[in-house]
Amino acid sequence: MQFVDEFRDPKLAKHLVERLTKLMKNLPQFSAKNPLYLMEVCGGHTHSIFKFGLDRLLPESIEFIHGPGCPVCVLPMGRIDLCIEIAQNPNVIFCTFGDAMRVKGRKGSLLEAKAQGCDVRIVYSPLDALNIALSNPDKKVVFFSLGFETTMPAAAVTLQQAKRRNIANFWIVSQNITIIPTLRSLLSQDQIKIDGFIAPGHVSMVIGYAPYRELCKKFRKPFVIAGFEPLDILQSIVMLVEQFADGRCEVENQYKRIVHEQGNMLAQKAMAEVFQLKARSEWRGLGEIEESGVELTVDYRRFDAEIYFNSKAQQVADDPNSRCGDVLTGKCKPADCPLFGSDCNPDNAYGALMVSSEGACAAYYQYRRE
Amino acid sequence: MTDFITMAHGNGGAAMQQLIRDYFVEAFDNPTLAQGEDQARIPLAELIKCGEKLAFSTDSFVIDPIFFPGGNIGKLAVCGTVNDIAVGGAIPKYLSCGFILEEGLPLSELKEIIRAMAETCRRAGVQIVTGDTKVVQKGAVDKVFINSSGIGVIPAEIDWGAHQIEAGDKIIVSGTIGDHGATILNLRENLGIKTDLHSDCAVLSPLIDLLRPIQGVKAIRDATRGGVNAVLHEYAQTQNLGMQVHEEDLPMRNEVRGICELLGLEPLNFANEGKLLIITKAEKTQEILTALHSHELGKNAAIIGEVTDDKKVRVVGIFGQTRLLDLPANEPLPRIC
Ligand code: SF4
Repeated sequence: MQFVDEFRDPKLAKHLVERLTKLMKNLPQFSAKNPLYLMEVCGGHTHSIFKFGLDRLLPESIEFIHGPGCPVCVLPMGRIDLCIEIAQNPNVIFCTFGDAMRVKGRKGSLLEAKAQGCDVRIVYSPLDALNIALSNPDKKVVFFSLGFETTMPAAAVTLQQAKRRNIANFWIVSQNITIIPTLRSLLSQDQIKIDGFIAPGHVSMVIGYAPYRELCKKFRKPFVIAGFEPLDILQSIVMLVEQFADGRCEVENQYKRIVHEQGNMLAQKAMAEVFQLKARSEWRGLGEIEESGVELTVDYRRFDAEIYFNSKAQQVADDPNSRCGDVLTGKCKPADCPLFGSDCNPDNAYGALMVSSEGACAAYYQYRRE
Repeated sequence: MTDFITMAHGNGGAAMQQLIRDYFVEAFDNPTLAQGEDQARIPLAELIKCGEKLAFSTDSFVIDPIFFPGGNIGKLAVCGTVNDIAVGGAIPKYLSCGFILEEGLPLSELKEIIRAMAETCRRAGVQIVTGDTKVVQKGAVDKVFINSSGIGVIPAEIDWGAHQIEAGDKIIVSGTIGDHGATILNLRENLGIKTDLHSDCAVLSPLIDLLRPIQGVKAIRDATRGGVNAVLHEYAQTQNLGMQVHEEDLPMRNEVRGICELLGLEPLNFANEGKLLIITKAEKTQEILTALHSHELGKNAAIIGEVTDDKKVRVVGIFGQTRLLDLPANEPLPRIC
């Protein structure tokens, strides 16, 4: 298949792995006991790494840390409860991406709410939700807007349309979050083990390079923006390791076919019109992070479902035994969590890292449990 | 008569009699059904000529949407039951069909469904010899549900089944996987992906006829709901064995791969309605493959793996790394962000 197979060629993969092994031999400070820790920020990368077994192809002196870049994995339970509460209102059609359907709150998941009679629908883009609003004028349509800068522009453009067309039966619950403050907060923690970053491809397509440069300089960590195919990821690792070999620390771009220096200006403009940074946002497993989430600007506040339905903020404490936060920050591996595989499994997920197929725990469970 | 189903079509009176006569009896056209008795009367001598064991199977069909590229619920109901009988090695003979119709269903749609069933029966050499019709109020079912049961006869020398499977056997699929599942997903979820993808819905008995003479076929299943993955797990569990398949050997259409890549779904979990999963003795694999390739329905058949003794179902990825293949706990949900 074009645009896929050329990035999965086993011969090229072998070649890249050989190159890595050679490079690592010249970096004796990294060993199996004391490996080079690379964080892949994005859940899409985590998924590819496990699906193609890349972690097993690499020399033992390189280890992945699976970062917080899956919006479902860092979704606090209280937000799901809030969504269910809104979905339970009469006449509401609640629209969401498939990923969020199975995440459990205190009162169950949206999938369960649907089984109990709420009108919950899976959509593939926020525009689909807006179309549902247009064709159901007597209903109240709410879209759960979830995700990083990858999905935020589409939500922004949808709201611009809704405003222009004066649509009165459409709202969103905004659970949009931004990646840079999260990385900053990670890097500011003590005992952090990350040596370099495989930066998210899709987010970077929107935000461009500049935001990483600031982090790279301040914390002295190299970043390589990477695509999602196995050869993309392997090549990005080679680029990172070459930086160590040359004593450099820079932001580089492996995903040139998609990502450009300034990012997507149109998308940035739409986002800036519709969303503004929020003082602080809760992340599951990581706690509250300053200026990491967004809310609607004054001009768009009338689309805010939380205001319209008068919903109260809800907080649910994580299970004290769960180690989601430690897994997300690389302090432990999924299998080190006492709940892994027993109480917490894809059928009955305690933590969101187990719900989303991009979560590190789900990936371990699916591909590495023996 | 109205041009849609009303409650009167289910009340046993004149409207119902007329529906049965004009739609079912006419289309299914066989003397047993035409007798109009409460049961089909089948001469045993007919059956005994074919073999010594009766195969009996039933299935219900509740698909949304009821019409799709490559078929409709009626064709599916006949193919599904005929295939369930045939994969046991039996020669399928007679079917029954029960319809539950939603009030308001356009009669033209019902006619189209019945026409597809009659046509599929003719191809499969089977007859629908008894049936039942119920009408329920609007909203009580989704347009139409069909139950079909069937009987067939297994020739004396055939003994296919999970009990024959041993480590070292080979695993074959008879063609590209996931066509039906991907087609339905594209339609049902309004993915709007424009492809010429269509369901593989087909009667598989002609393909199975080619395999009966070959010694070394051990077990056959049609990989319907749950896809190839579900069959592999069922076999692994019943026999306490392992199954290993090679990702790069899986025959698959580009469209199906594309949909899976886009939504993060596993093609091995997608339903098929016209594909066999065959376990064979290693020495006979080539002979079976040649037989399959000689038929249109089997032209993409491929060896996809082997039976192992480590009790796990695994996939060998394109870089040679193996991973466990779990049975999905839930209906697969598309991944978006
Ligand atoms: S196993 Fe479950 S509870 Fe433990 S870290 Fe993973 S997702 Fe969290």
